[in-house]
Amino acid sequence: MHAITVKELSKAYVVPERDAGLRAAVVSLVRRKTREVRAVEAISFNVEHGEVVGFLGPNGAGKTTTLKMLSGLLYPTDGTYEVLGHVPHRRERAFLSQITLVMGQRNQLIWDIPMIDSLERNRAVYRIPHGDYRDTLDELTDLLELESLLPKPVRNLSLGERMKCEIAAALLHRPKVLFLDEPTIGLDVTMQRRIRTFVEEYNRAHGATVLLTSHYMADVEALCKRVVVIHHGQILFDGALSDLVTRFSPHKTIDVELENENADLSPYGEVVEADGLRYSLRVPKEATPQVTARILGDLPVLDLTVEDPPSRKSSSRSSPLKRRKPTPGRREPADTNACDLLGIPENHPRASVSVSRCHGDLDDRGASRTDDLLRRLVNRRVGPRRRRGRLRRG
Amino acid sequence: MAGYDAGEFAAYYIVLMVVNMWTFTWIMHEMGYRVQHGELSAMLLKPIHPIHSDIADNIGYKTLTLCVLIPSVVVLGLLFNPTFEFETKNALLFVVALILAYVLRFFVEWALALVAFWTTRNEAVNQMYYFFGLFLSGRIAPLDLLPGWTRAAADALPFKWSVAFPVELALGRLERAQITHGFTMQVVWVIIGFAIVKLVWRRGIRKYSAVGS
Repeated sequence: MHAITVKELSKAYVVPERDAGLRAAVVSLVRRKTREVRAVEAISFNVEHGEVVGFLGPNGAGKTTTLKMLSGLLYPTDGTYEVLGHVPHRRERAFLSQITLVMGQRNQLIWDIPMIDSLERNRAVYRIPHGDYRDTLDELTDLLELESLLPKPVRNLSLGERMKCEIAAALLHRPKVLFLDEPTIGLDVTMQRRIRTFVEEYNRAHGATVLLTSHYMADVEALCKRVVVIHHGQILFDGALSDLVTRFSPHKTIDVELENENADLSPYGEVVEADGLRYSLRVPKEATPQVTARILGDLPVLDLTVEDPPSRKSSSRSSPLKRRKPTPGRREPADTNACDLLGIPENHPRASVSVSRCHGDLDDRGASRTDDLLRRLVNRRVGPRRRRGRLRRG
Repeated sequence: MAGYDAGEFAAYYIVLMVVNMWTFTWIMHEMGYRVQHGELSAMLLKPIHPIHSDIADNIGYKTLTLCVLIPSVVVLGLLFNPTFEFETKNALLFVVALILAYVLRFFVEWALALVAFWTTRNEAVNQMYYFFGLFLSGRIAPLDLLPGWTRAAADALPFKWSVAFPVELALGRLERAQITHGFTMQVVWVIIGFAIVKLVWRRGIRKYSAVGS
């Protein structure tokens, strides 16, 4: 049996809405306008025991809503789901004692009393036997270096210290399923790494199932073999992280216009199209700069463009080597492979060179934030139809 | 005036202060804040009903404030010459009545605080409850001084049984039959309060979960 089973799960919120200003405020007292927001739409997936799954997606994609449903905080609007054999929203004691949700900074700790007392409270609430409590506490103190923090009131702790304490308090009862919503947000690199290592070790030592959301690609890379990409409440990708990296656009397209016909371009790459003077080549991403240089050196080139697949003839008239900037709001052809558009690996260290060269508007920050990318990619696929405005940058 | 002289008034208000101190809750403000700021979510994740944390908080607070309450009672007692008949039997019954009053008021106010689930802000309900409570619980004046219909209302509602009844009991102003009736009403309201808490909580939590936090 799976640790987590989710089938066609949906969640729609009804949110009040009103225009700006006093007039609208008064009107809303009498006639309240509401709008239905479909946060999650019929998602399905399973998670095995001991698996670590990364939940990726831009802000507002439905990640947190999903985690809240799975931890029993939200009633789903539709669909069926089970975590460790329990229906989460029933919030049975047996269920709640086996899971944990780390969400931001405001879950576990009591503001005015020392950390150690908050932990003691959790011991009582979760009815942890004293022996187990001491063992777990020692282990957590050790792994997270909490020793000096335990006697301090929580309000005197720094952000990073508090996050460590949150995690410690959340794991005191040794949950079998961990829902971690941005566990490293706002932390410095060292602290991020420590928490990452900790989650990894906890997973290994206790065989715990982990569902994690993060905007830091490094978190996901370090912890998750499998990722689920969610956007506008729908799952766009569910599979191995390595698949996401290799499948998603390992190629670039080079469009060339030559002075003479019947040239043989096959030594440079796979010829996708040859139409009179114009040729389209499919070239591995890493090789793109070298191939471009060779073509320019060897052949009488009139015009050359490098772009992400698919080839776009309309843009091949641009000046040689000019970087193509994606036009805001432009709609991709319907048959476009979603993976090409997703382009997550563009942000991947191994692919980042070609990204910064060929894609002028991508910042070259390496594997820092997936958010930007995800937004770009997913919006290009579903964007123009559903949310045109978001493609526009700045 | 209606069976109260100056000394008895003084005694009434001093005991009233003690009873009110012991039975009041601040849960209405607290619950509104929790719902507005999503703090309730953290409590819902724990395998224990949030009411436990409120009970613990409340007892802790009351115990600490005893340090202030006892000196205040002594000082006021010296200043105003309260007169009342002390009986050991009444004192013991008072303790029982005080505990029941505390539990009953706790349940009723906890249930009312859950209005926050539906309105997010519950100040209006809060104010209304406070207003009725002021008159019907004997806080503004002993119930004997109020018009007949007010007293009838007080008998039927929980306010009197959570404040005025223990006070009058302690002061030795009640007949045996009145005492028995008072305890019965307290127990009845504790049961009703408990049932309301259970019911409203179940529905409220559905509402809260449906709307999100």
